[in-house]
Amino acid sequence: MIAQILFVALSGVATYFFAKNLGKIRRNILLGRDIDLSDNKALRWKTMLKVAFGQTKMAARPVPFVLHFIVYAGFILINIEVLEILIDGIFGTHRALSFLGGIYNVAIGFFEILAFGVLVACIFFLSRRYILKIARFQSPELKGFANQDAATILFVEIVLMAALLKMNAADQMLQARGADHYHLAGSFPISSWLIVPIFESLNLSDGMLIFIEKAAWWFHIIGIFIFMNYLPFSKHFHVILAFPNTYYSNLKAKGELNNMASVTQEVKLMLDPTAATPEGYQAPTSFGVKDVTDLTWKNLMDAYSCTECGRCTSSCPQNQTGKLLSPRKIMMDTRDRLEEVGKNIDANGGTFVADNKNLHSYISEAELWACNTCNACVEACPININPMEIIVEMRRYKVMEESAAPASINSMFSNMENNQAPWQFSPMDRANWSQDLNS
Amino acid sequence: MSEFRVRTMADMMAAGEQADILFWVGCAGSFDERAQKITKAVAKILHAAGLKFAILGTEEACTGDPAKRAGNEFLFQMLAMQNIATLQAYEVKKMVTACPHCFNTLKNEYPELGGNFEVLHHTTLINQLLKEGKISIEGGAFKGQRITYHDSCYLGRANDIYEAPREIIEKLDAALVEMKRSKANGLCCGAGGAQMFKEAETGKTEVNLERAEDMMESKANVVAAACPFCMTMLRDGVKHNNKEQEIEVKDIAELVASAMDL
Repeated sequence: MIAQILFVALSGVATYFFAKNLGKIRRNILLGRDIDLSDNKALRWKTMLKVAFGQTKMAARPVPFVLHFIVYAGFILINIEVLEILIDGIFGTHRALSFLGGIYNVAIGFFEILAFGVLVACIFFLSRRYILKIARFQSPELKGFANQDAATILFVEIVLMAALLKMNAADQMLQARGADHYHLAGSFPISSWLIVPIFESLNLSDGMLIFIEKAAWWFHIIGIFIFMNYLPFSKHFHVILAFPNTYYSNLKAKGELNNMASVTQEVKLMLDPTAATPEGYQAPTSFGVKDVTDLTWKNLMDAYSCTECGRCTSSCPQNQTGKLLSPRKIMMDTRDRLEEVGKNIDANGGTFVADNKNLHSYISEAELWACNTCNACVEACPININPMEIIVEMRRYKVMEESAAPASINSMFSNMENNQAPWQFSPMDRANWSQDLNS
Repeated sequence: MSEFRVRTMADMMAAGEQADILFWVGCAGSFDERAQKITKAVAKILHAAGLKFAILGTEEACTGDPAKRAGNEFLFQMLAMQNIATLQAYEVKKMVTACPHCFNTLKNEYPELGGNFEVLHHTTLINQLLKEGKISIEGGAFKGQRITYHDSCYLGRANDIYEAPREIIEKLDAALVEMKRSKANGLCCGAGGAQMFKEAETGKTEVNLERAEDMMESKANVVAAACPFCMTMLRDGVKHNNKEQEIEVKDIAELVASAMDL
């Protein structure tokens, strides 16, 4: 009974803090500019099913695709077992869903295989990161917390899966011995050969096995509660946001940069000063992105969805040739700054107090001006994050608010203004090529 | 040898005629000496296909692409609105261009500013003309050659055009070989996003030199491009490696024009 009360209290606390932090992330995302993505629902659902559920974009790199798919399937399916754990925890039952009989046994057996798969995949992931040292996991932006975060996630997943298998091993031995409370239920294709022989060789008593079973059960569920509450602070939050983030994917051609409607009105007035301004027209106060709150909520959702896999960075032509620009860093900086703004708001009773910083304090000009706008990062992202849009928006701020473009870019602008071409040629010579077609 | 005169929309209007299609030349195609050859090849192909085409001539202005990518939305929109007014004055419905950057901007970014036109890239149009039998490639001038195709970012990833250029190359009777990074995974030439007009940031190498490695590794003797900016970057990459004798960089339009003996 005490165990049941303790369990209910623990789940309550875990859920409360998780919901609270989810709310904070939601609040932070909504600090972004509004953008209407409520169109085309059918295509949006389709994109989400394909890209997030179906993981189609992961397939471009087969090894991590297979490993990740195992962990993903494990995450989704083993969580069905967590449902049973919740029921058992609340009502003090043992394997409450075992009345399902044959289906239950098949499911538990399948979950064991998955759990083992997840465990092995995580070991592979760790070795890719820390032994094989795959290039995209060695970037400077991963130093410190990001690196630690990655290791923590993989370690916790291994430990959780091991606890599940240990629990099952003890359980089936108790079942076989006909111990009280441990009725025959489930099938255990992995733990029966992986762990049971170890336990058997130790000549464990019933009491000891019960202790192991209970301890592993508690360890597993408390681990899940802790992990759930770690998510909002981790890159691992992608397990949740990948779905909405792909739902709100850009559905237009990737080459299309958004039109700045605020500029359109100004340009119309410039070209024709007599043109009537629309009723209630207010001249825009600023152009481009200075701080995270000038980004759209979708850009901010992108930042929270990023799991720092680095496919963007490893496909970026500028990063591959040793430049500072790293699209992954753009996303990490955006999230870090947004978190900072969020904390500022919390600390100041709901309003943001200027801190002499903005997104440009995180992302340097050398990074912004290196971008080829080639869309390689956008193409590479398995969950349709768009780092390029943030770069262009920040360039807009640099150019239109600070007139701070590289000198050569400024000459290009003035050529375009004066000669209608980015080079210094006379517009009158534009069709000279047509004089002699055979040269 | 082609003997015909390229007409402007103004010429046509004065003669009371209407063009079937506008050939949007673009700044590189107009002024860059190497790109002018691509422009001429496109004009000859359009003429050979019996299309009544015209250019804007001195009335054409930059689409504004590099300004937009560099963050100068004011300049972009001023140029765009000026161009849209010109195009609408000539009642242009359909355009073809040899520049993927012009193509992307005209096709995707002008509609929001009121400019709605059917815009084709020359590789798409040439492929159509070949399929419809309006032009044909004779002789097999490229028989036995290894041709690789460098995907322009603004055709490929930006607009999902991967197949039209490849289908044309296959019709040339040559062996189409792929570089290790191609199609959606293709490596940029290094020019886009207004990089063409500035010095690169410091790093360990240049993007076009990185791409030159892929080109050499493919063992192709012809690298087909479909963008005047890629053309410049790829040729510089070849030159840097002193491979001008082994690797020729040609636009798809030039390959077709030469196979057609134009």
